[in-house]
Amino acid sequence: MDIYKKSIAELSDLLNKKIISSLEMTNYFIKRINSFDRELNSFITVDEENAQKQAINADLLIAEKNNTLLTGIPIAHKDLFSTKGILTTCASKMLENYIPPFDATVVNKLDKLGMVKLGKTNMDEFAMGSSNESSYFGPVKNPWDLSKVPGGSSGGSASAVAARLAPIATGSDTGGSIRQPAAFCGLTGLKPTYGSVSRYGMIAYASSLDQGGPIGRSAEDCRILFDEIKGYDKNDPTSNHKVIQKKSNLKISKDDAKNITIGIPKEYFLKDLDKDISDSIFESIKTFEKIGFNFKDISLSNQNLAIPAYYIIASAEASSNLSRYDGIKFGHRCSEPKNLEDLYLRTRKEGFGTEVKKRIMIGAYALSSGYYDEYYMRALKIRRIIRDNFASALNQVDYIFAPTTPTVAFNIGEKTSDATEMYLSDIYTTPVNLSGLPAASIPIGFSNKLPIGMQIIGNYFSEHNILNIADLFQKETDWHLRIPENFNHE
Amino acid sequence: MSNWETIIGLEIHVQLLTKSKIFSSSSTSYGSSPNKQASYIDLGMPGTLPVLNKSVIKKAVEFGLAIGAKISKKSIFDRKNYFYPDLPKSYQISQLEFPIVEGGTITIVDEENVSKIINVTRAHLEEDAGKSIHSDKNDCTFIDLNRAGTPLLEIVSEPEMCSAFEAVQYMKKIHNIVTFLKISDGNMQEGSFRCDANVSVRKVGDRNLGTRTELKNINSFKFVEKAINYEVKRQIEILEEGGKITQETRLYDENNDVTKSMRSKEEANDYRYFPDPDLLPIEIDEAYILEIKKSLPELPEVKEKYYRSEYDLSDEQISILLSNQDYAKFIDEVIKQSKIEPKKIVNYFISSIYSKINKDNLLLSKNSFTAKDFCLVMDSINVGTLSKNNLKTVIEESWVSKESISIIIDKYSNSNEDSDLIDKLIKDVVNKNKKQVEEYKSGKTKILGFFVGQVLKDSKGSDPSQIKDKIIKELDAI
Repeated sequence: MDIYKKSIAELSDLLNKKIISSLEMTNYFIKRINSFDRELNSFITVDEENAQKQAINADLLIAEKNNTLLTGIPIAHKDLFSTKGILTTCASKMLENYIPPFDATVVNKLDKLGMVKLGKTNMDEFAMGSSNESSYFGPVKNPWDLSKVPGGSSGGSASAVAARLAPIATGSDTGGSIRQPAAFCGLTGLKPTYGSVSRYGMIAYASSLDQGGPIGRSAEDCRILFDEIKGYDKNDPTSNHKVIQKKSNLKISKDDAKNITIGIPKEYFLKDLDKDISDSIFESIKTFEKIGFNFKDISLSNQNLAIPAYYIIASAEASSNLSRYDGIKFGHRCSEPKNLEDLYLRTRKEGFGTEVKKRIMIGAYALSSGYYDEYYMRALKIRRIIRDNFASALNQVDYIFAPTTPTVAFNIGEKTSDATEMYLSDIYTTPVNLSGLPAASIPIGFSNKLPIGMQIIGNYFSEHNILNIADLFQKETDWHLRIPENFNHE
Repeated sequence: MSNWETIIGLEIHVQLLTKSKIFSSSSTSYGSSPNKQASYIDLGMPGTLPVLNKSVIKKAVEFGLAIGAKISKKSIFDRKNYFYPDLPKSYQISQLEFPIVEGGTITIVDEENVSKIINVTRAHLEEDAGKSIHSDKNDCTFIDLNRAGTPLLEIVSEPEMCSAFEAVQYMKKIHNIVTFLKISDGNMQEGSFRCDANVSVRKVGDRNLGTRTELKNINSFKFVEKAINYEVKRQIEILEEGGKITQETRLYDENNDVTKSMRSKEEANDYRYFPDPDLLPIEIDEAYILEIKKSLPELPEVKEKYYRSEYDLSDEQISILLSNQDYAKFIDEVIKQSKIEPKKIVNYFISSIYSKINKDNLLLSKNSFTAKDFCLVMDSINVGTLSKNNLKTVIEESWVSKESISIIIDKYSNSNEDSDLIDKLIKDVVNKNKKQVEEYKSGKTKILGFFVGQVLKDSKGSDPSQIKDKIIKELDAI
């Protein structure tokens, strides 16, 4: 039946028609995980027993016709979404044994619909990284080429969905952590408007930038999941009342396309960008033009300032967010501390990996007295400038297309020794986080058998239209249907 | 020593009287077993987020309006980062650059009874930390996070007080305002009202402030006075011997009446303050401020003046009435309804209701007893049907009884027989003591005590003041 190839709507249809039960479907994906994930390392925890329990429950809902489109569909959660009673590690030794006593809002919403949690996916430690190499549980491999990184920090989610070990997964995007791995793995990923998806229970990296979202095989699948996880949450003061509460319907038809103008910012197509990626984007633009969309060259200045501003703001917030891991209440504690200071120092020295320590130090430095104005304040000013630049661009055009990454997936170990080189892999994604805008990455081609991603950036709360535009493209193309060869069998 | 002057600034931490914590729905009540009132948010569990309890905004605005301060249209929460085991997130949510209340004044009287204005710099909202309980016996420290996340208003004064006396006056004034407006319960033993004092001395005429020390966490008026006096003496001694004051934080040791160094400026933390990205700014519009302004009762300062000039109440009476908004409201209502002289009403109130409340730690608002009820009780005393001695009993009973007040009054009323007996006794005593009657008639009113004593001998338990009133009537009629 090739269930692994199916979309959410197709899987739901199978369940509704009782062609397969949720329990069977769940076992099917668990079997895939068991047979393929030894190579990929995309899961940290697979909770078979719990998944089966949820599946049985979902089957009851289906039998009672109390089901929705997502009832009984398996999902994988990035291991920073708190799952009650299930290990939630943030891929850190610090939380190696941490079992949350409550669910993240996102998890809770999907549980209520009857989705089945297959397990928790690997990631960069505390979501800090662009390659999934900073995980305490080891690097994740890219299913398209096992010697390549899957991207990060939601690398486990992307790798798992790319290999079709799960139909869909959650991720989080602070500086590109959904879009970049989606691009590297040939998937569609959505980073929603800041405030669209509740952060409650999502373990914080950088609070003003973190945003949860879907990583799936298509824009349509992402839309279905996004519709259920979005919405105001009283437990998250930064969640936004402006989020459209009702279900989306695809508003943009082919006929509407002629009234829509898409901007191509020249600053995103300079020497940093791999030629194959640039070519693919212009190739895909032809398809969009054929659908009816109009294109316009625009300028988005100061984008080069985004990376330093991002790393200062994110690290500053992280240095404070991660202070709670002190060995007192939860998480790792060093053995036999001599005194309080020793407890703090050794707990944190042992519990955190190198990348996390690096960012805590950058952040603490940027906030310390005497340096605050020079670093943190300046970064905030840059953030405002970048946001303003986007606002004026989005006054001229309706959407912006841009590359997701400067290169396709790189080799495991290639950039680990050069932090600046690694950080620069986020140049096209971080400006979007700094401005709080929504953006999706969609697959648009290949370079040396590795997927290429392109971003669709829209105005605040335009997620549905973004996915809608992506969907129109995916109706014309089949990039999103490609499955890495080694995993394209049952 | 007189060529030195003292400069004091106070930071007062007021625990706001709210049911739940500032960023979680845990209860703020005092005294439950350790860590029973700490939610996931209070524990700083990964992924939790603070959600502002809106009622703290109201309390802060009330305080700001009460002291004539500016209410910030937009104030911002910041994180103050430092590691301590009883600080679960390893940062405290506070307000640094944009506090909710700015400016305002407090008027005190100094030692010479001269009015003096103390400027308030700011008042800001913040969360309290938990408690560390060090145990030598077990050689360990216990952490109780029940207090973590309790809402505080930190009120910072300008360094404008010149003596421990003034500091205590200022503190009492603030205490009075926050308790009267029910912003805080003001309970100092439970730590709901505590202060840090910044103390420095300088030569009279010197324009620059001397190096200051900060005395931390003092929780009684008496200790504030003692701690400052000790600290001033200590600083002057050091300076007179040619020494230098170290800028440091000191703790007051109440057992030995000394201050001890806790940490110096060099050891001080760099708190790496920055705006808390988890919380939106507090935005307050003019309409909200107006609404609060309207709902504010008359302030204690205004009431105090009125009570003194119009009712001739004593300082002690005034301070009791103004210790709680409910007392003042109650008394105002009774005075409005009753023909009895206000000072007398207040006396009745303090000797009966207030003493009951005070004795048993009750709340006036928890009794269904109305101003009208109290008027009935006083009227019964006035006409003589109720003995003054039974006033307390009636009030005590009203607290527990479900009966109406008139039934309770009836229960304790002097029977008519009693009243007749007293009338007869008075007539007898007056008739038998002609000499004393003449003395009274000639103006020796002191002799009244004699008559009262005689009557009381045979009517034990009666109200002497009532008897006195009756004797006067009898004597005046002759």
